[in-house]
Formats: sequence, structure tokens, C-alpha cells
Amino acid sequence: MPYVEGLRCRECGRSYPAEALHVCEFCFGPLEVAYDYEAIAAAVSRDRIAAGPPSIWRYAPLLPAAAEGAVDLGAGWTPLLRADRLAAELGLGELWLKNDTMNPTGSFKDRVTSVALTKARELGFKVAACASTGNLANAVAAHAARAGMRSYVFIPHDLELAKVVTTAIYGGNVIAIEGNYDDVNRLCAELTSEHPTWAFVNVNVRTYYAEGSKTLAFEVAEQLGWRAPDHVVVPIASGSQLTKIHKGFQELATVGLLDEPPATRMSGAQAAGCSPVATAFAEGHDFVRPVRPATIAKSLAIGNPADGPYALDVVRSTGGAIGSVTDAEIVEGIRLLARTEGVFAETAGGVTIATLAKLAATGVVRRDERVVAYITGNGLKTLDAVAPQCGPTATIKPNIEAFNAAVETEDPAS
Amino acid sequence: MSIDHNHPQGVMVRIPTQLRTLTGGAGEVVVEGPTVVEVLKALDASHPGIAERIFDDSGKIRRSVNVFVSDEDIRFLEGADTPVSPGQTVSIIPAVAGG
Repeated sequence: MPYVEGLRCRECGRSYPAEALHVCEFCFGPLEVAYDYEAIAAAVSRDRIAAGPPSIWRYAPLLPAAAEGAVDLGAGWTPLLRADRLAAELGLGELWLKNDTMNPTGSFKDRVTSVALTKARELGFKVAACASTGNLANAVAAHAARAGMRSYVFIPHDLELAKVVTTAIYGGNVIAIEGNYDDVNRLCAELTSEHPTWAFVNVNVRTYYAEGSKTLAFEVAEQLGWRAPDHVVVPIASGSQLTKIHKGFQELATVGLLDEPPATRMSGAQAAGCSPVATAFAEGHDFVRPVRPATIAKSLAIGNPADGPYALDVVRSTGGAIGSVTDAEIVEGIRLLARTEGVFAETAGGVTIATLAKLAATGVVRRDERVVAYITGNGLKTLDAVAPQCGPTATIKPNIEAFNAAVETEDPAS
Repeated sequence: MSIDHNHPQGVMVRIPTQLRTLTGGAGEVVVEGPTVVEVLKALDASHPGIAERIFDDSGKIRRSVNVFVSDEDIRFLEGADTPVSPGQTVSIIPAVAGG
């Protein structure tokens, strides 16, 4: 926290104090946290970070809230898994999985929520709120409970049952909106003006919230021995996560934690049923035309992505690409990841793996690159997506004859 | 489309926090105009300063501003030329939210 200088508009450069502001009062451009990087560089070291907690808060000097008294369920420091079997299937060389299914409520949203509510509490807020496609709902409800804050979580009415139950269990208010996520988001943007004493994590405290995603870059670099990967594949919903992972690698270099400046190619993954950013990429546009989502990847179903233009900038400037995949490919992506590496991802992870497969097949992601795929949510949240394909191999009477009759067995030579 | 019968003579514009310094703190302002762009210009006439905040230098609605007519994004309608009827509500909302 001592390293935050204030907020700055990404569009027009106007400066603001570090308060609950998310857009420029003049031009409505997004506000970014401005840090004193020289002071951070003097304060951080690889050893000090390694001696820190096994959570996002090991990187506190590069976050906009103080670690002391953080609203913390242990988000972050998730495994980075070498994925040789999946790499072989996809014709890739060195492939890693950032397994963010391992977070407290099962998605990367615990990272951003921990940062947002820590900052919200610093600013004096007592009520937490959000617009969510489900994963954020889980994270906000849980962290608000942990912090003793009241919560109001707004979700589309047709979310997966698991995501509703795993939000409501924490005892806050869960408001289902008769509309899609973009309707929920619009309502929350309007409610923010009516309830300025509520901390909407992805509206009025979004500037701080989004910074939490930088830890996805910090951890990967540290886990790779303080090296940035050559190429990463990240799912795109609002586009914020992709831009912040890029910012995270850049910041590590800025404060002297990397030996070499990062040259990480940033690629994005969308569902074909909601691919406004992939479409803009393919058509060469620098703006994003909104769409009405229709995909099983509900956690990515944002038809009007706030950071879409910025994600396009990052992908193009780093030599990446943005792919999109059908619902059937998403399901196959989930199954491929589970079958080859033992990681069960929600639909967004299926989008990422299926897109990675396409980008590998077309030579965009190369065999000579060190690649990281971000798996950002747990498969238990979206059981419906794969339930039709997954059941018992056989259901039999409890005796050997029935087993032998029903199951082809194979006994490896010892 | 829903009709709000509380302001049958004009179009109600919902004002975001960021513009309320220009409306004397009001969250809703009623103006008249046949299209979105005319409504926004009428809003600027009664509350000078609004136009330069909403429109970019070329006169287009900024990409960082979303405008809704009766809760529908005007980019799914006819953009700035979307017709507006008396009794309808126009909402001005910062685009950067969510996700």
C-alpha cells in the first residue's frame, strides 16, 4: 500500500487519489493504479518473496492494498504443473498448466476478490457486492463472510445450480436477475450510483480488484525460476485477466525481479457462442462489437467485454492470437485435460484447452516455446456440461462373474 | 419495450455519478428529443458540459460510455440515431465495469 501513488486514467492521463473510483470523471476511461516502482524495486527481492506467505500476499508490494489485515482465505500460490502427456497429444514441447482450480472457492476470482475486499475495508466499506457469472459470486460471498461484511451478489437467473448453491451457502444476499450477464452488469453499474456505500468489487473498486490478476503472472514467473514463459493462453471474458497477466510480467521486469525482459506472447481463448473479442481480432478491428451470448461456458459469457479493446492491443502487440471454440470442442477440451493430466476444469478451462489445441494445430503456439495455459476454474462447478458423457463404465451385481462379463480388463505385465 | 408513465411529456435520462456534478446532484433529468443523440444534446443544452464528457472529438459517443434505451444497449438498436419516445428512459453508464 505505501507504494501506491494514486490512480491514473488509461485514456486521458488525468490523476485521481486512491479512492473508490473506477473510471475517469472526465472521459469515463478506466483508471489504473499508479505505483512508485523505484521504491518497490528497492523493497522487493526474490528471497523476501520466497519467505512470504504461500498466497497472493507474498507479492503485497505490487498490490494496491496492505497485506496486514487482508481479507484472506488463502487465494493464490496454486500449482504450476508440467503437462507432458497433454503436450504430446497437442504436438507441443514444454507445456505447463497454472492450476487455479485449487483456490479456496475453486477459481481465480479468489485472487481479485481478496485484493478488492481488502482495499474496500481499508476505504471503510462494510458491504460487498458484485455482478457475476458465478465464479465471482462464490468468491465474494465467501470472502465477505470471512470479513464479516454484508454481501449482495447479482447473477443471471440461468446459472449452473452448483454456482448458485456454492454462493448462497455463505449466507449473503443472492439476487438472480431475469437477463444475461450484460443485463446484470448494467444493473450493478446503475446500483453503484444509488448505493455509493457498497463496494461493488467489479464496478467502483474494479481498479483495485483487477490488479489481483497480476498475481497469475507473478506466480508463474516465480515457479519457472523467475523467468517469464514464451507464450501463455488465457480465457477472455471481460479481457481484464489477460491484460493484467501481461502487466504482471512487465512489472516483474520493471522492479528487477527478472533477469531478462519478458517477451511473452499473449493469446486469448473464447467460446464461439460468445466471441466478440475473437471476432474483432479476426476482422482486424480495434473496437469490440457486443454480442448476445449463447454458450455452455457461462463464466465467459460476457457479450459486452469492458477490457476487450485493451486485450486486443495486448494480444496484437505481443504477437499472440485469439481463438474460439464450439460447445462440443469445449466439452472435449475438459475431457482431454482430465484424461491426460488429472485436472478437472470448468467450462472456461475447456475453452482454454480447446483453443490451445487449435492454436497448436495452426502453428501459432509453437513446439519450441515454453507455454503456460491458465486453468481458472474447477470442474465441479459445471458438472452439467460433462454429465451426459460421464457415468459408470458398468453397473453390475456384486460378483466376479458379473464383473468379468461386463468389463474388459487388462493386467500389465509385471 | 417498457414505458415509464411518470414522465409522459419527455424522455427521462438516468445520470451516472460521474456526471452528477453537472446536474446539481440529480440522478434523473427529463428532456425532449426524437433520438438518442438529440436527447443527449438537449441534456447538454440544459446542463452545459455534458456533451464534451460523452462525445469524443469526432462527435461520436465515447467507447467508454454505454447508452441504453429502455434497458437495451443502443448498439443492438440504431446506435446514436435510435429513436426515443416520450415516456422512455435513456441510461448513460460507464462502459468499464464487470468481468
